[in-house]
Amino acid sequence: MGTSVCNCKSEKFKQLELIIAEHKDQPGSLIPVMHEAQELFGYLPLEVQTVIAEGLDVPLADVYGVATFYSKFTLQAKGQYQINVCLGTACYVKGAQLIIEKVADMLKIKVGETSQDGLFSLDATRCIGACGLAPVMTVNEKVYGQLTVDKVEKIMKEYLDTVGRDKNANA
Amino acid sequence: MLTLKQLDEIREKTLTAANLDNNRKGTRIVVGMATCGLAAGAQPVYDLFQEAIDKKGLGGVTIAQSGCIGTCSLEPIVDVYVPGKEKITYIQVNPEKAQRIIDEHLAKNQVVSEFTKDLDFTGQERIALRNCGIINPEDINEYIALDGYKAIAKVLNEMTPAELINEIKKSGLRGRGGAGFPTGMKWQFASTSTGQKYVCCNADEGDPGAYMDRSVLEGDPHSVLEAMAIAGYAIGANQGYIYVRAEYPVAIKRLDIAIAQAREAGLLGKNILGTDFEFDIELRLGAGAFVCGEETALMTSIEGKRGEPRPRPPFPAIKGLFAKPTILNNVETWANIPPIILKGADWFAGIGTERSKGTKVFALVGKINNIGLIEVPMGTTMRTVIEKIGGGIANGKKFKAAQTGGPSGGCIPAEKIDTPIEYETLIELGSMMGSGGMIVMDEDNCIVDVARFFLEFTVDESCGKCPPCRIGTKRMLQLLEKICNNEGEESDIEVLENLAKTIKAGALCALGQTAPNPVLSTLRYFRHEYDAHIKEKKCPAGVCKAFMKYVIDKDKCTKCHICAKSCPTNAIIGNPKETHYIDPELCIKCGLCITKCPKKAIEKTNN
Amino acid sequence: MKQVTLTIDGRSVTVPEDYTVLLAAKELNINIPTLCYLKDINQIGACRMCLVEIKGGRALQASCVLPVSEGMEVKTNTPVLRETRKTILELILSDHKRECTTCVRSNNCELQNLSSQFGVGDIYFKTRLSDAKIDDLSLSIVRDQSKCILCRRCVAVCHDVQGVGVIQATKRGFHTRIEPAFGMSLNEVSCINCGQCIQACPVGALKEKDDTEKVWEALANPEMHVVVQTAPAIRVALGEEFGMQAGSIVTGKMAGALRRLGFDKVFDTDFSADLTIMEEGTELIGRIKNGGKLPMITSCSSGWIKFLEFYYPDFIDNLSTCKSPQQMMGAVIKTYYAQKAGVDPSKIFSVSVMPCTAKKFECQRPEMNASGYQDVDVALTTRELAHMIKQAGINFVNLEDEAFDSPLGESTGAALIFGATGGTMEAALRTVAEVLTGKEAQSIEYQAVRGLEGIKEATVKIGDLEVKAAVAHGTGNARKLLDKIRAGEANYHFIEVMACSGGCATGGGQPIRTSTEKMTIDFRDVRGQALYKADTQFKQRKSHENPEIKKIYDDFLGAPNSHKSHELLHTNYHKRDLYPSNEDKC
Repeated sequence: MGTSVCNCKSEKFKQLELIIAEHKDQPGSLIPVMHEAQELFGYLPLEVQTVIAEGLDVPLADVYGVATFYSKFTLQAKGQYQINVCLGTACYVKGAQLIIEKVADMLKIKVGETSQDGLFSLDATRCIGACGLAPVMTVNEKVYGQLTVDKVEKIMKEYLDTVGRDKNANA
Repeated sequence: MLTLKQLDEIREKTLTAANLDNNRKGTRIVVGMATCGLAAGAQPVYDLFQEAIDKKGLGGVTIAQSGCIGTCSLEPIVDVYVPGKEKITYIQVNPEKAQRIIDEHLAKNQVVSEFTKDLDFTGQERIALRNCGIINPEDINEYIALDGYKAIAKVLNEMTPAELINEIKKSGLRGRGGAGFPTGMKWQFASTSTGQKYVCCNADEGDPGAYMDRSVLEGDPHSVLEAMAIAGYAIGANQGYIYVRAEYPVAIKRLDIAIAQAREAGLLGKNILGTDFEFDIELRLGAGAFVCGEETALMTSIEGKRGEPRPRPPFPAIKGLFAKPTILNNVETWANIPPIILKGADWFAGIGTERSKGTKVFALVGKINNIGLIEVPMGTTMRTVIEKIGGGIANGKKFKAAQTGGPSGGCIPAEKIDTPIEYETLIELGSMMGSGGMIVMDEDNCIVDVARFFLEFTVDESCGKCPPCRIGTKRMLQLLEKICNNEGEESDIEVLENLAKTIKAGALCALGQTAPNPVLSTLRYFRHEYDAHIKEKKCPAGVCKAFMKYVIDKDKCTKCHICAKSCPTNAIIGNPKETHYIDPELCIKCGLCITKCPKKAIEKTNN
Repeated sequence: MKQVTLTIDGRSVTVPEDYTVLLAAKELNINIPTLCYLKDINQIGACRMCLVEIKGGRALQASCVLPVSEGMEVKTNTPVLRETRKTILELILSDHKRECTTCVRSNNCELQNLSSQFGVGDIYFKTRLSDAKIDDLSLSIVRDQSKCILCRRCVAVCHDVQGVGVIQATKRGFHTRIEPAFGMSLNEVSCINCGQCIQACPVGALKEKDDTEKVWEALANPEMHVVVQTAPAIRVALGEEFGMQAGSIVTGKMAGALRRLGFDKVFDTDFSADLTIMEEGTELIGRIKNGGKLPMITSCSSGWIKFLEFYYPDFIDNLSTCKSPQQMMGAVIKTYYAQKAGVDPSKIFSVSVMPCTAKKFECQRPEMNASGYQDVDVALTTRELAHMIKQAGINFVNLEDEAFDSPLGESTGAALIFGATGGTMEAALRTVAEVLTGKEAQSIEYQAVRGLEGIKEATVKIGDLEVKAAVAHGTGNARKLLDKIRAGEANYHFIEVMACSGGCATGGGQPIRTSTEKMTIDFRDVRGQALYKADTQFKQRKSHENPEIKKIYDDFLGAPNSHKSHELLHTNYHKRDLYPSNEDKC
């Protein structure tokens, strides 16, 4: 059960089976397993949730209910660069709204979306606790603080240059 | 497995080896490497010092990373302790500055005074934050060196669980995460039954603008582990859980390290310090749900379910995690426990006020000069916090309000600035202590917009279980959006108030019951600002876009066309060398042109 | 149990210490309003309608989850409570598709009741927050999210009672929905069509797939010979739809009403229940004597069959191969009856009235065409039949009693008790005992298999043989039973399982009663008792004594488990995948 997955993904699914086996007897194991599964796959599509449901003997509806309750879990693959602009209070009162609008404008995507080329995802995030540096944003693991619209434009330009995407190419 | 004697030996040895004590033989360098420090670029600075120590043979110099001392906006901070001298603090250190510190201060003993700053901690008293910014959080020995795990040793050897609970009760310690329930009482309730029990640490610090728990976890994780073990002994539990936000990767990493080190040292696990006492701790990661900071929701989440709150009673101390008696305290509360044990309840109760004992950590953020974490005795006035410790409002603006208690709290207006900070006084003002975020706002912040911001947060984070919160907060948000969007009607205020009343009375959990506070408190103190939006059709602070228009001052405009090029919607009409004007239909009021205009010719005004 | 005394609205009441304030208030004839509460099933304090004030308490408390305590002083009706409840109702209504006049639950809607009780008037918020979708792809159940008030009673029943769990709360905040994983339709997930979610729903968010139009059409078609069969449990529940007391037995009025609706023949599923006993009893004896697969498990309940195919496929060989009484009757109508009456089976439109929504699924299983046609064309629920009777303007309550038509209308008391949990087992034992021993049994009432215990066990001595029997109702209980067998902790010869708690008497197609009514009346018990009482009034109380059964074997089938019986009355089952297969996903 749960192993009937196609070959193109089987390596990751084998790892998932190991993760499940490791946590199976731990009380309340569903969320830790989902964390690790998302780490592994980048997101939690139907096939992954199905394997988790069967492996932990939990209804799929419950897995999905949990996956959609917590904002950290995602059902869609995220971009290569995950950009999170903090909209916590400290950042908000210091103009984070302008920052996020600027990033959205430069990437030509809306908040919560991933660009069609799969390179960038933009999300608003809750306070990351770097309030002393407000407003802040993170690109993958990297934290940028004390942002201004100009500063964020420069930062984003560098990323766009890195991936060889002209700012206006996708307009 | 450590014995008491070995614990003492480690303390002595480490004090010397890490140059931690005041009789240090060698120089100690400490680089602030909490999230704020790392974000500001502390890693390359640290690497540079490390390299210098390794290569240049700076004999006897030790280097440690530390958590955050509290002055986050000055990061990266490097402290240099030279034997026999006062500590020197360098701020906003980058690799270039670091190189000069190495070349001049370390090599030639010449302080690079242009990079230093005397951090003023007047008015502060550090209990919860006592080790933050001082010790290396990834080295258990440094914690032990500064009396770490001495409290659990004392408890196991000298106190019965009942005596221990009494001591906590006597200290007057109240929960630092929200409503301020007396910690000792909680422990006592949980101690009455027998069988499997749990000790939980709420490290799901969700209040936006509050990050003291992160700071403790990143700077002093062992103090939390030690305190939880102490509580385990008090109530007869052998398992602890720390529920920590996944948004705190540094804290998670340091907790992982700390737990592993404590287990290895026999300070967690079986036969702690050679006694029969057994206690272990497991880390559980949150997954992005603010409501999981509510204790019943947190436990539901640890159980692997949707983090929805459960009705109380039954209270967790009677029926909590996995339906077993459970005590749950937040990080800052835990961090207070070891000092209370070591210095005594009377010492702790001597700090603060009659009703609120000890200190409270605040995250002082927003429009204030000295942004950062502060720890002050309860009863300190807002004025002291904002004007003295915070250094006043940034950019010479006027103080308008301070928001405390996060989405559950309210806005305290400038006229209440002399209020002493206690659990009760804040509630009387329509706000609450919460976890200790204090967001300072100036005249440029629109109070209706701030209320809308908090409601948006609550709506987003409502679990959806009970209708007052699920539908009620959404309806309140709709009304606030209507008001901010220049569509408000006078009847909206009454409906807002009525909804707020119902939600407060009717919602299932504390998140819902307190969700209307940001609106109620702003209606109480800033009703005129609501009226300005609805009746006078203007936003006095100039924030709500619907009331604003952007115009180009023809006299100042030099027709350079820079603004037009920057406009994302091509709303600025005019060719170079022609008069430019803004088409209000196309303008999205993003304000970009204002930042671009070299002549400051573009103005934002109320319609 | 320890008793505690508390005061509610100034009146003192003494109740067991495990009571909630809500139940204690009931003792004083105080009805605290509820929406999400469903006794013993959903007690989560979510809807906040049942809030009460406690003297000395900080906040209002949900009485449905609040334990009583000694000396507690409760107020259930204060200005604050009335205002709070009313505003909460307004909030719920502001996001509820308020098409009350055209809603299937009009006049039987708990939200509507409360709304009128609290005098909710104009609602300030004019637009609904969410546009929610309708899922009508299931053959049995229609879900309309725009009416859902997120009380979660359906989730609790599906999860905790039925052990199925295909619906769950998803997303959060005002985006929260009750739905299957990934927003799939109920027909794409492992739903067993039992319809217990409909029974739990306080509003019109869950209802059966309405098939009455197909029946009206057939009735209006002069070409068609329209026949109907009614399941045992209908006659003890249908009256409730017309305001009659629960437990009223309306067999005769029902037959009369069906005839007035225009059915050409009114047959009784009780006949085929007797037929089932003949086939199933014979099969059981065969399995016991010949070392066949044991325990044998009954196959009357179509929700149960689907449950087993999804969740316990390793038990497929344990299932009796007998079709359900509905399908046996369907097959017999389009063969035996068609032959006898000289009607072209292609012109027969066969309708069943069932206490069940899963029967709608069962009659459309591809293998259910033994006659060469779909054996049962449409399965209606009790509720749908009641609607038709109301639409036709029939004054049901005052109808004279009429009888069923021959030759498929005669039945026994044994068949009737099929409608209660344990009834099929009891009916089988009555026949098996006499067939195996060849002697008339002394006592034919098997009390051990009656009643509402979730799992009932009995050892019955038949001749030298000790038959070990078990009865489970509600698939959640079946799960427990099968898990025990799987683990080798229990063993039986014969097991009866009914998908619904209480058996067919409280099946998913039966009249819906409010949570308030369910607080004081256990409809499983009342309807079940009516069946057992009616059983005692039958001339024949053992299936093999039914003269029309003897006749059908003599004239048509030969003997039980004959070749012809197998062709018409037996079937097979297949494993179903719990989740969509992963293989075609890349």
